[in-house]
Amino acid sequence: MSDAVIPAKIADKVETPFRRFVSEFAESKVALGGLVVFIIIALLAIFAPWITPQNPYDLAELDIMDGRMEPGTVGGAGFTFLLGTDDQGRDMLSGIIYGLRISLIVGAGSALIACLIGASLGLLAAYAGGRTDSVIMRLVDLQLSFPTILAALMILAFLGKGIMNVVIALVLVEWAYYARTVRGTALVERRREYIEAAQCLALPTHRILFRHLLPNCLPPLIVVGTMQVARAIALEATLSFLGLGVPITEPSLGLLIANGYEYMLSGKYWISFYPGIALLITIVSINLVGDQLRDVLNPRLKK
Amino acid sequence: MTVYLVRRILQALLVVLAMSLIVFIGVYAIGDPVEILISPDADQIERERAVQALGLDLPLWQQYAVFLTKALQGDLGRSFVYNEPALKLILQRMPATLELAFGATIIALIIGLPLGLYAGLRPEGRFSRVIMAGSILGFSLPTFWVGLMLIMVFAVYLGWLPSTGRGDTGTLLGLQWSFLTWDGIRHMTMPAINLALFKISLVIRLTRAGVRETMLMDYVKFARAKGLSPARVTFVHVFKNILIPVVTVVGLELGSTIAFSVVTESVFAWPGMGKLIIDSINVLDRPVIVAYLMMIVLMFIAINLIVDLTYSMLDPRVRLESKGT
Repeated sequence: MSDAVIPAKIADKVETPFRRFVSEFAESKVALGGLVVFIIIALLAIFAPWITPQNPYDLAELDIMDGRMEPGTVGGAGFTFLLGTDDQGRDMLSGIIYGLRISLIVGAGSALIACLIGASLGLLAAYAGGRTDSVIMRLVDLQLSFPTILAALMILAFLGKGIMNVVIALVLVEWAYYARTVRGTALVERRREYIEAAQCLALPTHRILFRHLLPNCLPPLIVVGTMQVARAIALEATLSFLGLGVPITEPSLGLLIANGYEYMLSGKYWISFYPGIALLITIVSINLVGDQLRDVLNPRLKK
Repeated sequence: MTVYLVRRILQALLVVLAMSLIVFIGVYAIGDPVEILISPDADQIERERAVQALGLDLPLWQQYAVFLTKALQGDLGRSFVYNEPALKLILQRMPATLELAFGATIIALIIGLPLGLYAGLRPEGRFSRVIMAGSILGFSLPTFWVGLMLIMVFAVYLGWLPSTGRGDTGTLLGLQWSFLTWDGIRHMTMPAINLALFKISLVIRLTRAGVRETMLMDYVKFARAKGLSPARVTFVHVFKNILIPVVTVVGLELGSTIAFSVVTESVFAWPGMGKLIIDSINVLDRPVIVAYLMMIVLMFIAINLIVDLTYSMLDPRVRLESKGT
């Protein structure tokens, strides 16, 4: 990138890689919008107990008499149900914000664990080569040849339902993507001089792997990671919708949508519709950010 | 070629064996096999008899041998709920799933090819941008939610299409098919479109990329220079050439379409294999779960094998590479 492209106002400051990254990311207004929306969603989820008019998990706060109210009705407790209520009289807005919490925790958590496992195995495969490499990559191929939903179904059929099992299923389904990505980058990087230098210094293998090789494999890993978070959230919602995911007492977005399914046929659309919109906005905003990250971090597209 | 063939088939068999071991461990070792394979309603005497009949008192490796021999004979246990052989249940539901998957594939081609072609020919056009944005949505929208929205709009508010079930079926080759009756087709429309969404996006992107690449080829330039009409260049010279890779990928995707029909079938209460497996998981009808998993694993390995063999026939590089290692 030449200096001429940098906007004048930051050109006089010292250009750090991070600052360049930020300014390149901000070139796309759509991606910036996606980021802002995602930050708002994350903040809503984090501060859920202080924002929502109701604690949707506290059965004492729910009044069955408020059940299936249309959006905008004033309930027994005195506040307005902006997005209506579900069959148990739960305020949909509160339910959605708490549901976002679960969806984000499950999605981000499983993506993070899968990243740790997948990236380590990918690094190992690239660095060790030979038999280790081919065993790990065979596993990756096997995993990737099955559709994610099928692998997840299989795992949940054995382990049973529950939030931990969903996370395990998502991790087992996703690790292969990280492993393949990291291996691909690491294979190129390990032939560079700095790795040779590190080896000449007789540094321990784990130090070479994690302090020298890994940081240089980060850009594609970040891109894949962002996309995988969105995928994990969508997959968790799908599994919960099928009744295989999180328990009914603490519904995620997918389960909220499933709960509203039967009422939708009688025209009570809001129970399914609004959680769906929340899910949609979350996934699309993450994907927009991921798309732009890919463009910015891809060295082939560098100007 | 023969060496490659034998090696590839052996490899596929090995994977089948490995998957059967995984399913076996999943059912027999992680869970309690007595609980999994014997109906919870059975009394003590029935229970003991079943334990002996299933060989659950044998050591684990012998149990696996019994499981394998029975599986090879097509015996994957009986469903608790329907009290019928699990395999038979799944085979009965298979036509419904297959026709849904094929319907979705055809819809994806009918909608995806023209849109992709348009977007490829006019990459900077406004409508092309709309198409590409739409295809991103198609990739990122969760299938089940789109299905619900389809039901809400077309079944609840407009009342145009029925929302659940298969409708009337006609008989062909001794099997029941929905596409043979008008009512059946009406029932199939929404589930098939829902299942097709992801694939439409895929076809659009593949076609667009293919068109943009092909348009730069010398033979296209030559055809234009010859003074052929733009329509002839587009449909004969460009379209025919991009059709091959697109159709290949769509064929490859058939397996995952069948797997993803689990979601669509649940939304539209379509009585196929996918609906059966979800119902079975929910009522813990484990023999059916085992049978479904084994069937689908077999199907996948078969599809992958066929694809690999076809490729190796079409592309000699694959053969040579495997000979080298």
